[in-house]
Amino acid sequence: MSDATRALVEAIAEMREPEALTLAREMLDTGCDPLELLDSCRDAMDIVGRKFEEGEYFLVELLLAGEMLQQISAMARPLIQTDEPKDEDRSTIVLGTVQGDIHDIGKDIVTFMLDINGFEVIDLGVDVPVAKFIEAIGEAHPQVVGLSGFLTLSFNSMKQTIEAIEEAGLRQGLRIMIGGGQVDESIREFTGADAFGANAVAAVAIARQWTGAEG
Amino acid sequence: MTASASAAGELYAEREKRVRDAIELRTPDRVPIIFFCHFWAARYAGMSFREAMYDCEKLNEAARKAILELEPDIFQLPHAAVNLGRPMELMDYKQLEWPGHRGVDPNVPYQYLDREYMLAEEYQEYIFDPTGFMLRKYLPRVAGVFEPFAMLPEVSTLFYLKLIHSTAAVATPAMAEAGRALFQAGRESQQMLGTSAQLIAELTELGFPNNNLSFTSAPFDMFADYFRGSKGAMLDMIRHPDDLLAAMDKAAEILIRGVLADAAITGAQTVFIPLHWCLDGFMSPAQFETFFWPPLRKLLCALVEADLVPHVLWEGDCTTRLETIADVPRAKLVYFFERTDLFRAKEVLGDTVCLRGNVPAPMLTTGTPDDVRGFCRRLIEGVGRDGGLILDGGIGIPDDAKPENVRAMFASVAEYGA
Repeated sequence: MSDATRALVEAIAEMREPEALTLAREMLDTGCDPLELLDSCRDAMDIVGRKFEEGEYFLVELLLAGEMLQQISAMARPLIQTDEPKDEDRSTIVLGTVQGDIHDIGKDIVTFMLDINGFEVIDLGVDVPVAKFIEAIGEAHPQVVGLSGFLTLSFNSMKQTIEAIEEAGLRQGLRIMIGGGQVDESIREFTGADAFGANAVAAVAIARQWTGAEG
Repeated sequence: MTASASAAGELYAEREKRVRDAIELRTPDRVPIIFFCHFWAARYAGMSFREAMYDCEKLNEAARKAILELEPDIFQLPHAAVNLGRPMELMDYKQLEWPGHRGVDPNVPYQYLDREYMLAEEYQEYIFDPTGFMLRKYLPRVAGVFEPFAMLPEVSTLFYLKLIHSTAAVATPAMAEAGRALFQAGRESQQMLGTSAQLIAELTELGFPNNNLSFTSAPFDMFADYFRGSKGAMLDMIRHPDDLLAAMDKAAEILIRGVLADAAITGAQTVFIPLHWCLDGFMSPAQFETFFWPPLRKLLCALVEADLVPHVLWEGDCTTRLETIADVPRAKLVYFFERTDLFRAKEVLGDTVCLRGNVPAPMLTTGTPDDVRGFCRRLIEGVGRDGGLILDGGIGIPDDAKPENVRAMFASVAEYGA
């Protein structure tokens, strides 16, 4: 790892946004491979995720890390000469906020964290009807489905979505995780999901465990 | 006075004392319970959520039915939180989606649109002249009816002849239309308040005390929820900490003035303050102690000073905040915890504030009456018998709670509360 890369990883991991953006700009301007640059961002996110798990970082830091990565990615992507090598092994996850609920902040962080950890994420958005989940699962054949919801009405929507997935014959080999607001073990049981996660880092851990992904 | 009226009067006094004893940390004759919901009463009476937002008379019937059946020690009507469909439509209010509006299902609750309604660059403008900022920038963004206000002259410069000349700026068809729409919206709001006041009077006659409340926000939440968006305000702690702190300092004073003015008109005795962005996991202890707690504490102490009882709803799990938030006047506040373990809260705060809560929403929604009874019994026996507990759901009665579970929660205070 070069000195510049090390400095960038540290700036992101230590939440020094202006410094991280300046370093990234300088590295790209002096010919650093944009793909390598994005790889070092992932290294930085590993540190951020670990600090979150250890209780040193909080939602605020996840949000800021997301902002930094988005901006660096916007600088790097136009400079990528060839198509990014498509990793056929990337596990696919379909997720969305269930029908009747339009809350997106939790789901967006989960999407971001899964994406940065190497999963192929298909985010269906908010207030997602059961049929849209079925369609997406049928097309993308994901290994994992994530259902998000903040309102108490989402408990029923999650249950209905999972039942519909079963009725459509798509449950075989598919693991379903739920999360958001008030979801707990009793709601996992009520909905028939395989697991619930209390936050975005937990969602990544569950998805890794299920797919055996290195991330 | 008839015999039944006298019995109702006694019941009223008994219930009021029970609640007051709990709040002031004396041992009540039994643990009190509060009735607080958004759409549950409407659903229980067979109304759609949309009807609850538009039909005040019918909402009165629904709330009356629920309160007479459940016999709470104190009640909080849902009207001011949910019966808002018509004024919101007339004002073209943009911060909420609500049932039956713009294609939203008639049986989902209204939902907040978490957006950036004020830019980070505008903190200084807010701090310099909050009223001008609200009138000309903020209001036109959050409700279509106020769009013509963007053209208002600088209000702070309107003295002497400039005041007379300024009328030219407001004599526009758009402003006239805004005036008409606001008048109609105001009539609708008056009707809601009048209709719910009739029910409050009727229930008072029957022996049920009303939790006469005003409501406000923590200064951080005010910016996170309604101005900067949650992501904006969270990131401001790192990107624009000085602006955020200065704006909250100003906002705390304004929020205090707002509640005191409101209470002077309505006679409110309590202040409901739901907190959204300070739970464990959202911000660090250091961030909580720097950004969230000091302006909130200032607000709480001013309200207590004015003899108002804050009911602070600590949403989510706030276990790591307990020691910090114990620094408030004794026996003057209610801390309403959604998911924080009340046994732990009692250890830390039991000598300081009255606790409220917290039968979990998942249990009330998907559990059984036995689950609820067991939970309430543990809470009452372990936390509440010697005072300092008002039983409630984690966030009141959730919209989707099973009626038999709600009945079990209300029955538990008689079964185990004394």
